[in-house]
Amino acid sequence: MSSELAIQARGLTKRFGNLTAVDHVDLDVPRATIYGFLGPNGSGKSTTIRMLCGLLTPSEGSADVLGLRVPDDASQLKPKIGYMTQKFSLFGDMTVFENLQFIAEIYSFPKQDRRRRIDELLEKYNLTRQRKQFASTMSGGQKQRLALACAVLHKPELLLLDEPTSAVDPQSRRDFWANLFRLAENGTTILVSTHYMDEAERCHRLAILDHGAKVADGTPQELQENTGMSIIEVLADDPYAAQSAIRTMPEVASVTQLGIRLRVLIPSTVDGALDLVEKTLAQHQVTAKVYASHASLEDVFVAVTMPPEQRAA
Amino acid sequence: MRRDKLTFAMILAIPLMQILLFGYAINTDVRNLTTAVADEANTHRSRQLISELQQTQVTNITLRVATAGELQSLLRAGRISVGVHIPPDFDRRIVDPERAAIHLLTDGSDPTIGGIVDALKQMPLTFDTTPEQDRKEQVEVRTYYNPERRTPVNIIPGLIGVILTMTMMIFTAVAIVRERERGNLELLINTPVTSAELMIGKVVPYIAIGMLQLAVVLVAGDLLFDVPVRGSIVELYLAASLFIAANLALGLFVSTAVSTQFQAMQMTFFLLLPSILLSGFVFPFDGMPRFAQYLGEALPITHFIRLARGIMLREADLLSMTGALAYLALFSTVAITAAALRFSKRLD
Repeated sequence: MSSELAIQARGLTKRFGNLTAVDHVDLDVPRATIYGFLGPNGSGKSTTIRMLCGLLTPSEGSADVLGLRVPDDASQLKPKIGYMTQKFSLFGDMTVFENLQFIAEIYSFPKQDRRRRIDELLEKYNLTRQRKQFASTMSGGQKQRLALACAVLHKPELLLLDEPTSAVDPQSRRDFWANLFRLAENGTTILVSTHYMDEAERCHRLAILDHGAKVADGTPQELQENTGMSIIEVLADDPYAAQSAIRTMPEVASVTQLGIRLRVLIPSTVDGALDLVEKTLAQHQVTAKVYASHASLEDVFVAVTMPPEQRAA
Repeated sequence: MRRDKLTFAMILAIPLMQILLFGYAINTDVRNLTTAVADEANTHRSRQLISELQQTQVTNITLRVATAGELQSLLRAGRISVGVHIPPDFDRRIVDPERAAIHLLTDGSDPTIGGIVDALKQMPLTFDTTPEQDRKEQVEVRTYYNPERRTPVNIIPGLIGVILTMTMMIFTAVAIVRERERGNLELLINTPVTSAELMIGKVVPYIAIGMLQLAVVLVAGDLLFDVPVRGSIVELYLAASLFIAANLALGLFVSTAVSTQFQAMQMTFFLLLPSILLSGFVFPFDGMPRFAQYLGEALPITHFIRLARGIMLREADLLSMTGALAYLALFSTVAITAAALRFSKRLD
């Protein structure tokens, strides 16, 4: 992997009136990696992506994308990036083949290679049978494969994907990610936003955004190892009673119920967290199995997005 | 209402503006007809007649020419509405009950021709000194280009303009907005396509559609109403293509200014009304107050109607009407440039 950065942003900020959609975000995205933006709706993922491809002008801060300044050099940048919008944005009244041909035309893809490139993409993205189908009549997964095929047609160095899998089933998502890994292997840098934990887990690196600010970044492992929380799992016959009991503890930062299990997050500054939980449950006459666990990405997310006073409790 | 200020403004401002504008601008009185005089007699009495003509305020004499032939070519080029021909033997004709003393040449391609002829016949002229009952008409009015004064012949050239204005503007007015609503635009502006390419790409296909519509109207006009195309069909198409381009460009500009398809439609209708009322399509252009004439002159349709009537009915050639042609070309260029400038390849 080259140490060179595909994207370097410093203090990137975007305000819409009184609302600060993106608040001083710093980013370093290495080339040929899949970099994830994880965050809830309205956390500034789309706005950041739009600033990075020159669609929006930052209110403050700056970004270098593939060695070009945005938004000033956006016109030079456009041929080098592929962008897939959150909403399907191809032409519904054109066939799959016509859409691809149109995109090839727009990017001035060499005429003699056009046909071959389109056939190759149809094959790769499993759209050969849909070749003559109108885009509007396709399923969510097919539309998404077409959108990706269009976004990569001109072999961009950087691919920006704005919640690409929000409208597709799990199988399509698996296939989609297989395609992304293949692209990254061939040197494409991919920036993908998502609110699915399992997707975030597949990224090489990721940044967690909350209310427009970047609250954590690193590889998924790094993030999981550095939550600053003891993760305790409680298996109780009466999870509701157990939850009520645990909530009485001032040390607890968060309790989440997952089926009959409870995941309890307690800041690692608190010593003997496990014993503390056991003791509390015993006091409330709740029988439960209590054991330490490893942080999942969801735990990371919960930990980094909670208010600081709660985290330090 | 508070959240959609443009629509709110349209609800109140548009009817108010229009009632003010059209209430003052439109009247069916025939006044100030652009007139040229060919005084071949040039006597004391003929000069007296000319000054009386001027005082009636029905005619507005702007040109003096030497012969009746020159009057006809001015009429054909659409530069005048009325030609006054005073024959060399004017003084003798006045006293001759069998012959008309003056000839008025009128442009039958004007839809208000009926009113014009009536107004001209009723002009209070005093040169006629002989007793009323002895005389035939002293003023002979000749209607050129549509002697039977059939309404379809007058209406259809203007109607072409109205139809094209309506359809062409709507096509492009919603073009950009629709793509924005569907999300296509976000994809397109992220490609290397430039604003100008995008604008021209939106206009060119519709020119062909406009041409097709023109063909439909012309064929229907010919088959159903026997409306002729006396001049060159190629020139008519040339004039129409500029006019179509002007409307498309204007529609495109509207498209960059509004944010929903609904607003785009409203804007189009807002512009359509003056196109019908101030263009000389139904109401006499010469009779409108100065400010309304300026507004009318700004509209592409006013110029196209002149061109269409000229070519279709008066067999005029484009070279005699270059002013209207130049205006349409200028209008298209300005509007499409403005649209391309307004259309930013950014979302903010």
